[in-house]
Parts: sequence; structure tokens; C-alpha cells
Amino acid sequence: MTRRQVGMAAQGTRRRPGIRGVPADIGRCQLLSLAAFAVSGAGALVIGALLLLPVGVGFLLLPPAATVLRRMSDRYRDRAARRTGTVISPPRPLPPLPTGPGGRGRRALALLGDAGFWHDLRWAWAEPWTGALLAAGPPALVWYGLFGAAVQPFVWRRLGEGNWYAFVLVDSTTGMLAALVLGLGFTAAGLRLAPAVLRLHARWSGRLLAAPYTTELVRRIEHLAGSRADVLDVQAAELRRIERDLHDGAQARLVALGMTLDEATRLLDHDLPAARALLQEVRATSQRALQDLRELVHGVLPPILADRGLGDAVRSLALDSHLDVHVEAALPGRLPAPVESAGYFAVAELLANAAKHSGAPEVRIRLGHTAGVLRVTVADEGRGGADPDGSGLRGLRRRIEPFDGTLVLHSPRGGPTTATLEIPCASSLPKTSSSSGTG
Amino acid sequence: MRVVLAEDLFLLRDGLTRTLQDHGFDVIAAVDNGPALLRTLLQEEPDVAVVDIRLPPTFTDEGLQAALEARRSRPALPVLVLSQYVDQLYAHELLAGGEGAIGYLLKDRITHTTQFVDAVRTVAAGGTVMDPQVIARLLARSDARGTTAELTPRELDVLRLMAEGRSNAAVAGALFISESAVAKHTAAIFTKLRIEPSADDNRRVLAVLAYLKR
Repeated sequence: MTRRQVGMAAQGTRRRPGIRGVPADIGRCQLLSLAAFAVSGAGALVIGALLLLPVGVGFLLLPPAATVLRRMSDRYRDRAARRTGTVISPPRPLPPLPTGPGGRGRRALALLGDAGFWHDLRWAWAEPWTGALLAAGPPALVWYGLFGAAVQPFVWRRLGEGNWYAFVLVDSTTGMLAALVLGLGFTAAGLRLAPAVLRLHARWSGRLLAAPYTTELVRRIEHLAGSRADVLDVQAAELRRIERDLHDGAQARLVALGMTLDEATRLLDHDLPAARALLQEVRATSQRALQDLRELVHGVLPPILADRGLGDAVRSLALDSHLDVHVEAALPGRLPAPVESAGYFAVAELLANAAKHSGAPEVRIRLGHTAGVLRVTVADEGRGGADPDGSGLRGLRRRIEPFDGTLVLHSPRGGPTTATLEIPCASSLPKTSSSSGTG
Repeated sequence: MRVVLAEDLFLLRDGLTRTLQDHGFDVIAAVDNGPALLRTLLQEEPDVAVVDIRLPPTFTDEGLQAALEARRSRPALPVLVLSQYVDQLYAHELLAGGEGAIGYLLKDRITHTTQFVDAVRTVAAGGTVMDPQVIARLLARSDARGTTAELTPRELDVLRLMAEGRSNAAVAGALFISESAVAKHTAAIFTKLRIEPSADDNRRVLAVLAYLKR
């Protein structure tokens, strides 16, 4: 299975199919509560190193202790993402070992100034108290319930008076039956609670483990700077292309036109047939110049897109395609022009890919705009195996990245292929188009 | 023949008016925006309208919308639409009514005066004229799907010219073959494409287009 995401969804979740079901969840709760001891151990190691800083040994101990703790917190983040789909953005990697003399000491100092390190430590302190207690709840209920339901009926006679199970005094058959029912109830409650507790634990860990706010901001700024540089590159390349096309195409043809016209004027007096031939050539050249300009305009902004917006522009693409393309567009009106443009060229690229590689006779395109997100899916029943790193798809990603857009390509070998494109944007102008068309 | 003209560029409007007048048309109105066009079409009931797709005030497809709107109240009102670009979607919208008397040409075709004037006349007479670009794309498309694969290259030429709204005589002239040869090719095309033959040029083109755009 090939699955790729770009943009902010780049750290998307990967769900690994594991053992499912309630008993497995109880096991996980149990493991979590036990793992909390390891976490507290790592935390203690770090605290020990911190306490030893005044005597100097701490400078040597701190980096490895911090590394152990980070490895543990990374495992927690990974597990939360796998089990519950909660993506916890990781902090920046720990500061590396500086070269030169006194590197270890300087690394320890760098660690002390790292927000992620203190986040880890805070988590290591809190996890055994909150996380472990939380996670231990369901297994405790289950074990205690089983004890009530399975063991009480056999042992109550031997224990004699004053044998309490929870709040039931077990000194008669009635009491024993009550304990049995209560025990089953506890077990059921424990089983019932386990998935919710796991989710709660993941969310709580997420709170503690998420990258510090400043790290998030830095990351965001880096992403924006990167995509802005990309946009400028793309724009510059586009301008260069337009300039070249005009210079070598239409402009050159117009010059030739002028020259031919001049020649024809000269010939008019003494060689009428030659003049006529030249004038016909002039007409042909002017048509080619027009054709050049038309193609250029289409490359910059397809007129149908400017006239009608994304829905109809995609319908027009569908009509031009050699494939049977079904378009369902439910757009509330016009979208911001840059988004329409990005969406259009993305669909054109995906459609061209489907025509070239899929081998499918039919393609379905769905356009929708919900909750401020333009969602486009292009699906075919072809042979699949699309390469997410092909030049076309890379170009497509570059186009949608400035909008924080995402592309998810699902194309297992043997098909089918579904490409889902999402671009956050608001819509404007209540000019609706919601019918569907076939081409 | 009474013509209504809609074109927002003064130079082109002027040139078109002169060209049409030179060929004996009576240009009763030359407007430069969508609302005025719609008003004029409904009031004047011209024999044919020559309309630029992109017009003020929106500078999108105002002209096309006005023409379609006018045809809703007056079906089969002959309209020849001109545009800087041809789009299959617009071709479909124009043909959707099925009444004919529709033309859709690239603006470049104006430079070929006789062909342009012929097109205006064909549309006014209830015929259908599609730009060669539209036809070429339709043919390429149906060819890729195998629908016109059975046709010989010569038959494809005939089909293309036919779809552009030309009469048998014009097709014969363009291909340097006899009219009876054209008739023979036409019959072969209809058989291969399983279209009921018809004497009417307009219906012939519509049938071809209807077949091609399935």
C-alpha cells in the first residue's frame, strides 16, 4: 500500500493492525500502569543527575539520562498515535554533543535550556501519579471482580465471620450470591471502561508530551518560510516561461507578419499573384500567433476557470478527456482564485495520470466544500501502483503546499487508485453549481 | 437579413459591422454588454445574433448567458457565438436545446471573411456550425474510445467538414472530390456510426454531434 501525505498532515497517523478487542485493552492498561514504573525510574535518573550537577558528576550523567527519558517519551508518543490515532507532535531533538573540549559539559548546559527536556521531565514526574493510576483502574476492577465472582463462592465458608467483599458481608449463601453478582458487575465495568481509559490516557499523555508551544511555532515558521520560498521559485519559473513563450512565439510571429506585409505591399504594384500568396501567408501566421497566445493564456489561467469557477472548469476537463469522466460538484460558490487555480491544475494532473497509467476506462471526480475545506477526490478502478514521487505529483504537491493543502494517494498495486486532495479555504460569491455531468 | 451584434471591443465591433454590411446584412443593433444584448434580442427579434461570449459587466460568460436566456423565451433564435477560446462545455450548453440554429466559432475565423459570412448565413437558416477545433477534439476523443475507429481517413475528413456545418457541395469543394463521392462517404459514415440518414443538413450535423458527445 502506498500512502503519502504532505503539508501539515505529513506527520499523519499510521495505524498498525494489532490485537483488537476488550481483553487486549485490559492488557494494555495493565502494561501502561507497569510501564509507568520505568518512566518514573528514568525520571529519577534525570533528577539524580540534576542533583549531582553541583559536584560536577551530573554534567556527565545528565545527557545519557535525558536520552533514556526521551527514548521513553518517544515510545509513548508513537504508541498513542498507533493505538488511538492521537497525533502528538514531537519536540525538537535533544541538543547534539558539541565538538571540542568540554563538549559534555556544554551539552548538559544546552539540555538545561531546552524546553523539550523540561517537558519530558514534567511528564516523567506526572505519569506515575496520574497516568498509571488512571490506567490501573480497569485492570484492578477486573481482577477484583473476578476475585468476587470466581473465588468468593468457594472461600467464604472457611473465612467465617467478618468476611467483606466490597460493601457486601459474605457470611451466607445470599451474601455469597450478592458478591457473585457484584463481582461480575465490577468485571464488566472494568472491561467497559478500558477503551475509554486508554483514550483518556492518550489524551492526557498528549497534553504532557506535546511539543512546547514555541517549538510548534518555530516549526510552523520553518514550514511557511519553506513553502514561501517554493512559491517564489514557482512564480519566477512561471514568469520566465511566459516571457520565453511570448518572446519566441507570438512576438516573433508578429515581427514576421510585419515583414511579410511590407514585402506584399512592395509586390502589389508589379506582381499581384505573389502579393496574394504573401498575404495568405500573413493570415496563416496571424492565426498561429493567436493560437500561441491562446495556449499561453490557457497555461496561465484557463478562461473557463475564470468564467465559471472550479466546478465547470473540471467538467470541461472531463469533456476533453479520453476517459469516461463522471463529475460530481457540490461547491457553494466561487472559491478564492488561487485555490481554484491550484485545484484545477491538480485535477488536470490527476486526470492525465489516470489516462496515462491506470488503464481504467472510467474516472470519478468529486468536488465538495465542507467546514472550510475544499475536498477533491479522483478515483479510478485501474491497475494502481501510482508513484507518489513522480514529477507530476511532486509538482502538484508544490502547488497545494502554500495553502496547507494535503494530498493523500491510495494506490495499491492492482488498484484501485484514489487521490484525495484537501485545501482549506473559505468560499465566496453565492453563485452555485451543483449539478453533475458526464463526459 | 437583420443582425444583432454584441462585442465589447470597439475596433472589433466596428469591423464586424462593416464586414456584415458589406455582405448585405442589416446590422440593426451593435451592443457592448450583456443586459443590453438580452434586451435587444427580446425586443428586436433579429434573424440572427452574432455574440461575443465574454462581455461586460462581469467579463465572464455574460454573452453566452444572454444568448441562452434569449433562446429560452424564443427557442431556435439563431445565435452565432464567438470567443477567443472554444470549450466543449460551452458547445454542449449551446447544443443542449437541440433546436439547432447555433454557431460556435473562434474569433480568429472572422479573418476568413467568406467562411465567417457563410457561417452567419448557415446559422440564420437554422443550421449548426461548430468550430473545427471543437470538432477535432470531439473526433480525437471518440477516436481514442474507438467509436470512430472504423472510419477511413477520408471519411473522417468528410465527417469533420460535415460537422462544421458545410453542405455536400462545400465538402466536395474543400476535399477536391465530386459531390456524389461525398454523398457516398456520408452514407458510409451513417452506416458505420449507426445514424439514421436524413436529408436535412442541420439535423445531420446535430446527429453527428449528438453521436460524438455521448
